Amino acid sequence: MSNRKTPGLNTGSMSDISFLLLTFFLLTSSINTEQGIPRKLPPPKADDAKEIKADINKRNVLNVLVNFRDEISVNGEVMMVSELKDKAKLFFSNPTNDPSLPEKQNKLIEGIGDFAVSKGVVSLTNDQGTSYNMYVQVQNELQRAVNELRDETSLQYFGKKFSALDSASQRAITSAIPMSISEAPPMDYSKTGAAN
Amino acid sequence: MSRFKKNGKKETPELNMGSMSDIIFMFLFFFMVITTMREASLKVHFNPPQATEIQKLEKKSLVANIYVGAPISKNENTLPPGEVSVQLNDQTIKAEELVADVRDFIGTEKESRDLQDRDKLTFSLKVDKDVQMRYVNTIKQELRKNNALKINYAAGKRAAND
Repeated sequence: MSNRKTPGLNTGSMSDISFLLLTFFLLTSSINTEQGIPRKLPPPKADDAKEIKADINKRNVLNVLVNFRDEISVNGEVMMVSELKDKAKLFFSNPTNDPSLPEKQNKLIEGIGDFAVSKGVVSLTNDQGTSYNMYVQVQNELQRAVNELRDETSLQYFGKKFSALDSASQRAITSAIPMSISEAPPMDYSKTGAAN
Repeated sequence: MSRFKKNGKKETPELNMGSMSDIIFMFLFFFMVITTMREASLKVHFNPPQATEIQKLEKKSLVANIYVGAPISKNENTLPPGEVSVQLNDQTIKAEELVADVRDFIGTEKESRDLQDRDKLTFSLKVDKDVQMRYVNTIKQELRKNNALKINYAAGKRAAND
């Protein structure tokens, strides 16, 4: 057995190689993460779909219309985007049990107990000519209303903000304050007789 | 003067560069993990709307992008009346092939994921903020018909103003 010494490898260039790789990834990477407003589309309609709308009480619906000029009307009342959040919040929470605002149904929710869940649904209708920006702004304001309500409720029941809760409590809060937006088929102003 | 000068020539001690590569490799792995290769070059102008209530999508590998916006070059296919293009993968699609192309796109995106991940696949609509809703509605309808129900309206972060 010869006791030969293995010659030491010159690792000095190793860092050069890894630097090269590093710069490659630095240049090709885009750090900006995927972010946005997540939504779920309703499942595809069966051909014999019944009109479910009929049995929804009028007080339980908040009609949000956005027209081709990006103007908003809520239950017939013209509004700015900035006002929409408070309106939606009032609609979803109905703190004074106003008969013109949605009914509530007491439900037993795990982790919270008995909770009056609002039956309110936002019906969102937009025009084909509505800008995407306005559409996202409206979705954003509605989401903001729900998020604020969820924060308030979770502060009340768990003493923490919604985002700081564990997933089970988050699920409880989510079922206590559901986000119910139903999108109506869009209008098309340019196809009506008024457009000329 | 020379009282302070030491006689022998002092050598600077050699730095040990062995751990340098470890550090660089650490950097490298960090960037490799957080990076997403831009798989397709953009063919449309995409300037996302700004919103406050945005959420980050958990898994980048479970996101498929659909770009909608004004075409960058004049040679791209557009939807009538010719101001907006839809980009799937790396090409813009023709108006008459929209339905078939979106269906194929959803199909191939679903097939390239594992079975248990298919329901978690999110279609991120990267729509320019000046696009009219008619194009978005068409795409949404196609997504819905093809049972791709998880969608995301891509938006940039805006600070809340109250």
